[in-house]
Amino acid sequence: MNTVAEKMPPAPAAAGFDPRVEGQRLIRQWYAELEQASELGQPVANVFVMGNAVEILRAFDFKLVFPEINSLQTGVRKASEEYIRLSEDYGMSPDVCSYVKADVGLILKEHRHPAGRIPKAHLAVASNMCNTFIKWAEIWERWLKTPTFVLDLPGQRSAGWQVRPGDAQHAADARWVEAQFQELIARCEAITGRKLDLERLAEIEERVNRMVLHWNNVMVLNRVCPAPYNAMLDGLTFIGIMNVYRGAPEGVEFMRTLEEHLKAKVARGEGRVAEERFRLLFSGTPCYVSMRRLVELFETWGGVFAYSDYLTFAAGGMDAAELLYDTSRPLESLAEVTALAAQRGLSNQFFAHERLARQIRDYGADGVVFHGIKSCRFVSSGMADTREYLNRRLEVPTLYIESDLIDPRYWSDAQIKNRVDAFFEALGQRGGAAPARGAAEAQRRSA
Amino acid sequence: MTAQLPYDHETELEHVLERCNAARQAPLPAKDALPEGFSGLLGHFPVYFPEEIAHAAGLLPVNVLGGGNRLEMKHADARMGSFVCSICRSTAELGLNGSLAGLAGFVTHPICDAAKHLAGIWSRNFPEQLSQILYLPQNVNTPGAVRYIAAEYQRLRAELEKATGRRVEDEALRASIRLYNHNRALLRELYAVRRDEPWKLSCIESSLLTRARTRMPCEEHTALLGRALDAVRHRALRAQDKPRVVFVGGFCEQPPVEMLETLDDNCYVVDDDLLIGLRWLSADVPETGDPIWALAESYVERSAASPVQHDARKSKEGYLMAMLREARADAAILTAAKFCEPGLDDQLAWSKHLDEAGIPYLVLEFEEKMTSFEQMAMQVETFAESLLFALA
Repeated sequence: MNTVAEKMPPAPAAAGFDPRVEGQRLIRQWYAELEQASELGQPVANVFVMGNAVEILRAFDFKLVFPEINSLQTGVRKASEEYIRLSEDYGMSPDVCSYVKADVGLILKEHRHPAGRIPKAHLAVASNMCNTFIKWAEIWERWLKTPTFVLDLPGQRSAGWQVRPGDAQHAADARWVEAQFQELIARCEAITGRKLDLERLAEIEERVNRMVLHWNNVMVLNRVCPAPYNAMLDGLTFIGIMNVYRGAPEGVEFMRTLEEHLKAKVARGEGRVAEERFRLLFSGTPCYVSMRRLVELFETWGGVFAYSDYLTFAAGGMDAAELLYDTSRPLESLAEVTALAAQRGLSNQFFAHERLARQIRDYGADGVVFHGIKSCRFVSSGMADTREYLNRRLEVPTLYIESDLIDPRYWSDAQIKNRVDAFFEALGQRGGAAPARGAAEAQRRSA
Repeated sequence: MTAQLPYDHETELEHVLERCNAARQAPLPAKDALPEGFSGLLGHFPVYFPEEIAHAAGLLPVNVLGGGNRLEMKHADARMGSFVCSICRSTAELGLNGSLAGLAGFVTHPICDAAKHLAGIWSRNFPEQLSQILYLPQNVNTPGAVRYIAAEYQRLRAELEKATGRRVEDEALRASIRLYNHNRALLRELYAVRRDEPWKLSCIESSLLTRARTRMPCEEHTALLGRALDAVRHRALRAQDKPRVVFVGGFCEQPPVEMLETLDDNCYVVDDDLLIGLRWLSADVPETGDPIWALAESYVERSAASPVQHDARKSKEGYLMAMLREARADAAILTAAKFCEPGLDDQLAWSKHLDEAGIPYLVLEFEEKMTSFEQMAMQVETFAESLLFALA
């Protein structure tokens, strides 16, 4: 049944593989394909990164638009402010998600994005994992008449929530998710005029399985010291591919080569930073307008983000499901894994202390950096309390900084730099002598 | 011996309102001062919660509605960002300052991301209390939604049985359903008075009467409502020249009393979504058959609407227009609690829709903790005057 290998593009040798360059190429390719979708009469679906049933949509050959990625790309390309201001001029509150505002700006600019024209969707799938997804989809319903399917995923109900594959709770939740998939399939069939091909679905799931296996290995590789990549810089490229190419041959190939590439780095003892002094966890979402700068502030001190919860929840939580699709029963299995991923990898954000405590241990972290986002209540509402809990219970040094996902007006370079420098000085005092090179470098740069 | 005073409707209503207002501001009862028949208190966050299940378990449901504008924030500022809505922050404060120490548990819902985070905050700070998210679905349109909700209610039932050590029998649930059906019927009557004879019952009076259920047994509340309705119907008040408006935006965080008074001074608020969760089920829940199924089915088939519930059958614009039409309102007051993302999103959608429909509206932002109302009063007064001028 598995013909994945035959369909794959030739593998680039890991030796000549640059994940950032290859990732950028794939994202450009994705945007180019989106630009052609309307012309080619291809069905288009808007989906979010957390809970999206991409496997089903891909089985119907939907072209996938990720509005969150569109919005963050306006930030990466330093164009977000224009889009955000347009939406605020229209009447949107300064206090709502800046991704949504950038997307409303995109609609007001008649879908002209810095990366190309974004096609209008025939269907939107919005999960309840972040409630803003639903309000966002309601905007499309209202303005663009986009049919919306709300995928309700039962999340983690309480702290210490233990749900295991096959137990009664999991079975009930998976049954509900499967019922919704059945309805989504009927909608897709009506839009495309095609019946779902279960073999095709199984083939896509097989590819996702392989991507997830590689992805898990990639994350484990960063448990070694020195860490071969920075979770909040290189990692952002990786999850971009995990999302956009989930279940596609290019996605499998990227992840396979990435793993090989990083294994080679680890074998050579080559780290992301020349002299790794501090291993850190990053909790929250990036500030895409200034992420390179933020990472630089940490790497100057020899601090590397070995892991970030963003790599889990913003990549669909698949790694946390700890379960691969059973492709002999593709639909049932999709529902079972989706329900697990929703609880272990997405909605556990509301009980973040449990996951962070585990990850501090797994990644040998010296400290945790919390990045609060005013307009992202999904990640930020419980952050200060989680931080206080970790300080108190685990005595882990933490740093809390605030900016925005893509709104450059909330980035305050001097203030953030001061806080980062103070954090490292405290870390240095705690763990021995302050890293002289980092201090000198920080001084030089600020001068 | 004192002579019994003759029954006076105004005095009767005044007594009922005083009791309601006192309940609103009272601390939670101590364990040894619980109303008869209850062994503990179960806190729940807005919007909707199936109180019947807690009631049948012998737990008095307490709708935790934040701290209003008299609460001093001493702890929560360090635990929740300044960008989080006031009701979430003040609810955390009430927990952290010990005001909610008497709760056996606290249940929140997936109405928004900040509300879901309250479950994490509760579990980290009050591990001795049962802390839960009741995952009410955001998709009530797929066949299977009732079955899923019923399973979630059964889960809650089992959690409460474990917490109280007492079985929740079907018959007890049916009895609770009967009580709450009666209560909701009276609340519908209260709103009918607002709609048909708004000069007899102000928005603030109605709000106090409704809100009292958040802090007392349903039985006592039903009795109070009955007395209030009787008194209101006998009120000899005459209609004034005020515009009829519908108020939206009070589905979760509650506007301060002073704000509602400002509205009453200038308008007849003929319908609103204040505490819509207490009125979520819009018709009687079946009193026979499987009570859990009856509650779940009612949630899907006979329920209200709010900005935090997606239901393909009820567009946000659609239900606002229905409120305006059914209440024969001249205009709308579109409010949103500060930092309430769903509320702010819908406020904009509503205003654009009313622009197209040519219906006058006033946009207001509020916060439960606000203490200054002069500017708002001026806005409302100007709006009401312009409406009267236009309607003359």
